[in-house]
Amino acid sequence: MSAQPSLLSRAFREASVAALVVAVLGFPILAYRAAPDFNNVLTLRARWPLYFTFCALGFALRFVLTLWNGRPRTLKAEVAAAKPAVKRPWLAWLGVAALIAYPLAVTALLGPRPALKWVDTFGVQILLYVLLGWGLNITVGLAGLLDLGYAAFYAVGAYAYALLAPLTGLSFWSLLPVCGMLAALWGVCIGFPILRLRGDYLAIVTLAFAEIVRMVLINWDVVTHGEQGLFNFPHITFFGLPFIPGPRGFDAHFGLHFAAVHKLIFLYFVVLALALLANVVSIRLRRLPLGRAWEALREDEIACRALGLDTANIKLTAFALGAFFAGIAGCLFALRQGVVSPSSFTFNESATILAIVVLGGRGSQWGVALAAVLIVGASELLRQLNFLKMVFGPDFDPAQYRMLLVGLAMVAMMNFRPRGIVSAREPTIKLLPVAEAAE
Amino acid sequence: MEVFLQQLINGVTLGSIYGLIAIGYTMVYGIIGMVNFAHGDVFMLSAFIALLLLLLMKSAGLPSGVLFILVLFGSMCITALWNFVIERVAYRRLRGSFRLAPLISAIGMSTFLSNFVTVTQGPNNKSIPPLLEKVILLTHDNSYDVTLSYKQILIVTVTAVLLAAFWFVVQKTPLGRAQRACEQDAKMAALLGVDVDRTIALTFVIGAALAAVAGFLFLLQYGVVKSTDGFVPGVKAFTAAVLGGIGSLPGAVLGGLAIGLIETLWGQYFSSDYKDVAAFSILAVTLIFMPSGLLGRPDVEKV
Repeated sequence: MSAQPSLLSRAFREASVAALVVAVLGFPILAYRAAPDFNNVLTLRARWPLYFTFCALGFALRFVLTLWNGRPRTLKAEVAAAKPAVKRPWLAWLGVAALIAYPLAVTALLGPRPALKWVDTFGVQILLYVLLGWGLNITVGLAGLLDLGYAAFYAVGAYAYALLAPLTGLSFWSLLPVCGMLAALWGVCIGFPILRLRGDYLAIVTLAFAEIVRMVLINWDVVTHGEQGLFNFPHITFFGLPFIPGPRGFDAHFGLHFAAVHKLIFLYFVVLALALLANVVSIRLRRLPLGRAWEALREDEIACRALGLDTANIKLTAFALGAFFAGIAGCLFALRQGVVSPSSFTFNESATILAIVVLGGRGSQWGVALAAVLIVGASELLRQLNFLKMVFGPDFDPAQYRMLLVGLAMVAMMNFRPRGIVSAREPTIKLLPVAEAAE
Repeated sequence: MEVFLQQLINGVTLGSIYGLIAIGYTMVYGIIGMVNFAHGDVFMLSAFIALLLLLLMKSAGLPSGVLFILVLFGSMCITALWNFVIERVAYRRLRGSFRLAPLISAIGMSTFLSNFVTVTQGPNNKSIPPLLEKVILLTHDNSYDVTLSYKQILIVTVTAVLLAAFWFVVQKTPLGRAQRACEQDAKMAALLGVDVDRTIALTFVIGAALAAVAGFLFLLQYGVVKSTDGFVPGVKAFTAAVLGGIGSLPGAVLGGLAIGLIETLWGQYFSSDYKDVAAFSILAVTLIFMPSGLLGRPDVEKV
């Protein structure tokens, strides 16, 4: 116990330094806020309580951390007890059953009108992000190609539906694969010249291409209607039956009362089916030679080339397949939103999807789904936290903190658990011990 | 001709700012081989710090020369500390991690910084009344004046002076020698007694200080800044670094000037809606066809 006072004093000293650092970092940016006054001239408003709260927080955090790190520890011989992985195939089926039951249960319990929000934001929206995450997971997680411009493919799908549906008069079902194909074609066109590049350069070029796509969408008024976007496209139909009140609609045909939630429930099942398709495709592909080549490429590109793999083609397939699912998600996004505009496909969107993949653990299907639920669900929950306005004043908008927290989570994840929330992913192919192999 | 001359002057001014930011990218890439994605947002943050300091000190009623120097110095110091902390928190632990880990962490940091400023300062444009409005009339056509403003002279001069000082640091001082050593072979440098962590931290500090100068000059020239302003200038400055040859300091400045000129001339003669497209296309084309840039060394892949 003789080490205790010195530890305390050390913690105190380090915490004081931390508080000082926070004080300098936050000096103008936290302590003052520049806002235009009545004459539209910027004036400063001091926020000393906030500033000192942050300094105190810095102090407290560092103090606790130092004490925690310096606590007396007994050395434990940690034997890596290799637990045999428990296979629980019924868990996935249970999950699917729960997902199928979810919108029906919510509607039955809450009634059609209050259920709208639950089916839409917490159902369709989250599933769309799960689909996007699983799509990007093929590119980033399996093949190890960092794609910072995923929103561009998403945009291609959405605009393809919004432009082609009124033009061709084709139904949603026939356009869905077209959207996916167009996005995949884009993926190949963009991917082909840049796949020779090293990982980080490749990431930056995909970002540049995505920004070019977005700027063309903004400025090519004749086709895309600029910032306003497109909204005159047909909505989803139940195999030809529109979701409208009146005798020709879906509800009249099946003898139901008209409710807006029926359309969303149908959309929910469509998105669910396609997301599960993406999942099955990537799980099956992982066992094929192509999927193994992806994973090998992720681990060591030079070794792959030395073994005679055609790296350019392998990368291109991963890129195109990821883009394909983004295109499909884009089509569904257009149907959900009813309007397609460039502001939905900014770099923030790409960063959110990337964060889902990174937080979930690159390559893990469960992890990605979990991360999508966490990120989208948490940002929706932030929107509900309006009571905090009473604590922090009317300027406080909790929804603004969404991307801030996403960014922090990405940094923290890379530092502490670089393999993601679900980090125990089995290698798809494993060498057997000699004895077993000999049998 | 007059229009061309005016755009040339504007382009060089803009290019100096890009060049200053590009040095931050190129140095960090040279020393730890990482695209410091958050550097553009550090630049934006520094512009905000300069804005706040300017408003704060203006009320003290100092003469404008002293005011400028104080604001510049203050924002350089604070931004340098920011980048020091960012390196410590977000990148230092990742040295031995897989290849893309620092880039992903930097993207997270960039998202955090731009949203941090949005949250603390609001999402709107912040504009200050124009400073240093005097201009020199160079030539005069009956409809078009070609002017060179005091601001533009100041920007180009400050950039040139800083570059000279910086060049001296890298070429002649022990710090510069340590930096060049780490750039060539960090492990060997560590064996020979160079404190690699400290050198990398100092690189981040210097990069941030130069970005802070760029932020102050940007504020001076355009008089307006908002919290999303880090992204596009950041990518353009990165383009400048790549165009000049990543890892090369004169290349970064040359690339910055080239990007600034291309952007203004493109905006003048083709379409100002698509002027960002020009810069982004250059980035893609350079990386695909000329990955070592104008002045860079060809990149050898080590097994």
